[in-house]
Amino acid sequence: MKYILMMHGKRADWDEYTGWSKEDLQRNVAYMRSFSRELNDRGVFVDTKGLALPHEAKIVRAGQNGEPVTDGVFPESKEFLAGYWVIDVETPEQAYQIAARASAAPGPGGMPANMPIEVRQVLGSHSDLGL
Amino acid sequence: MALSEYASDVPIGHLLRELTPQVLGMVVRRFRDFAAAEDAVQEASIAAVMQWPQAGIPENPRAWLTQVAFRKMTDHIRGESARRRRETEVAEEAARAPLTGFDAAPMNDDTLVLLFMCCHPALAPSSAIALTLRAVGGLTTAEIANAFLVPEATMAQRISRAKQTIKASGIPFQLPGPEERRVRLRALLHVLYLIFNEGYTATSGPHLLRADLSREGIRLARMALQLEPGNTEISGLLALMLLTDARRHARTGSNDELIPLSQQNRTLWDRGQIAEGVALLSAALPKGSVGPYQLQAAIAAVHDEAEHPEDTDWPQILELYELLKRMSDNPMVILNHAIAAAMVHGPKEGLNLLDGLHGEPRIAAHHRLDAVRAHLLEMAGAPQAAAKYYLAAAGKTVNLPERNYLLMQAARLGSR
Repeated sequence: MKYILMMHGKRADWDEYTGWSKEDLQRNVAYMRSFSRELNDRGVFVDTKGLALPHEAKIVRAGQNGEPVTDGVFPESKEFLAGYWVIDVETPEQAYQIAARASAAPGPGGMPANMPIEVRQVLGSHSDLGL
Repeated sequence: MALSEYASDVPIGHLLRELTPQVLGMVVRRFRDFAAAEDAVQEASIAAVMQWPQAGIPENPRAWLTQVAFRKMTDHIRGESARRRRETEVAEEAARAPLTGFDAAPMNDDTLVLLFMCCHPALAPSSAIALTLRAVGGLTTAEIANAFLVPEATMAQRISRAKQTIKASGIPFQLPGPEERRVRLRALLHVLYLIFNEGYTATSGPHLLRADLSREGIRLARMALQLEPGNTEISGLLALMLLTDARRHARTGSNDELIPLSQQNRTLWDRGQIAEGVALLSAALPKGSVGPYQLQAAIAAVHDEAEHPEDTDWPQILELYELLKRMSDNPMVILNHAIAAAMVHGPKEGLNLLDGLHGEPRIAAHHRLDAVRAHLLEMAGAPQAAAKYYLAAAGKTVNLPERNYLLMQAARLGSR
């Protein structure tokens, strides 16, 4: 079963992140690299993407004749998707455990940053005849 | 180069898939290192794919592949450096020994041992599936990765971890004893069933590739039955696959929407596959203990044999579910039993059975419970209540076509 692990953040979180010390940043980057390696080694990795900052983010709707109508810029308090991982695991518990590993990435002073990770199952094929 | 013009890679691929497990069995038997042997045979297959289209398929392709795999094994062992000099000598001697044992019996044993090894209960199902498809099915890692919609590197890692698990567990390369054999057979049947099911319920990705998994499941089940001709549960599994797959072209519409059994165009069912499934089952059923695969196959056969939905022999299906329920506490069996009871004794009876299931957490949480209740409420002439439960079920399923189907049912009953 595939799960998407989504990391959301506000503009303020980014501003805080950019204020981290060099050591804190290095520790965090090293942790995330080893986290990626771990997903690969366990054979559960499907996809990951980090998203650009939402300076230019727009909400698009189709107007008359299907022409794009855009909406934005957004208030600083709005939550944006910062990035995601897609994993393929055997049980929901495994997905939660991996999400917790992502959330435990070190923040300032090496303390776990405890970023909230939203875990959602990806719609797919699941059927069971009862065997 | 007329040969390369006409020899498409399709027959070579087929040939390799057939020969791979036989060659692998022989290499593992001789060198006793499953993980390295699996790599060696994969390399030999790649060599064949590159060379045979130009040079032509050798007269004895199995011997060719075995020789190449033996050489790769020797290289591998040599590469493990001089400190293991003595092992190398043994290996070289093994590789020099004349190739014998091409008679069918020991080779079949080897393939069966391989199958048991790849479907070992110590492996997580997804690992066992990947390893079985590669080592016994002869598929490439890329093909397996495509079929399961994960990157090739991830699938390679899964296969490599599975091989390490087998190596670490120290399972000997031999047929398990009678006691162990029952446990291993159950795992083997389950893995083959999962391979089939993954292809059959495919809802996303390149459909052809996914449908190939069903064919692969059927092919592997055929192979298993050939190796264990008297085994009635393997017969049951193969029959179940054939009887289910026979409805493939009728079960989805032009927009990939699900079409339930009662509304399928039965002229699209594959009569040949149904006949084969029924014949397998008829031969297996009288032979002794009847397991869950034979019962599921029997239920599929009763459905397949009805020319119109109203001809379905529901009393027989109900009886079969009664038997199955005694063997399995799986929510799907219990819910399907309630449907069968409703078809025989009326929707009230089915709804009463569902009411009795509240205390069972596995069933209470199952997304199909709401769908079954909706179906029975509709039968009972309570469309509004039915619509409510169709919507509840739609909110819980993780299968997109099923969600669409359930929403459609709710809309049909005018839920809003």
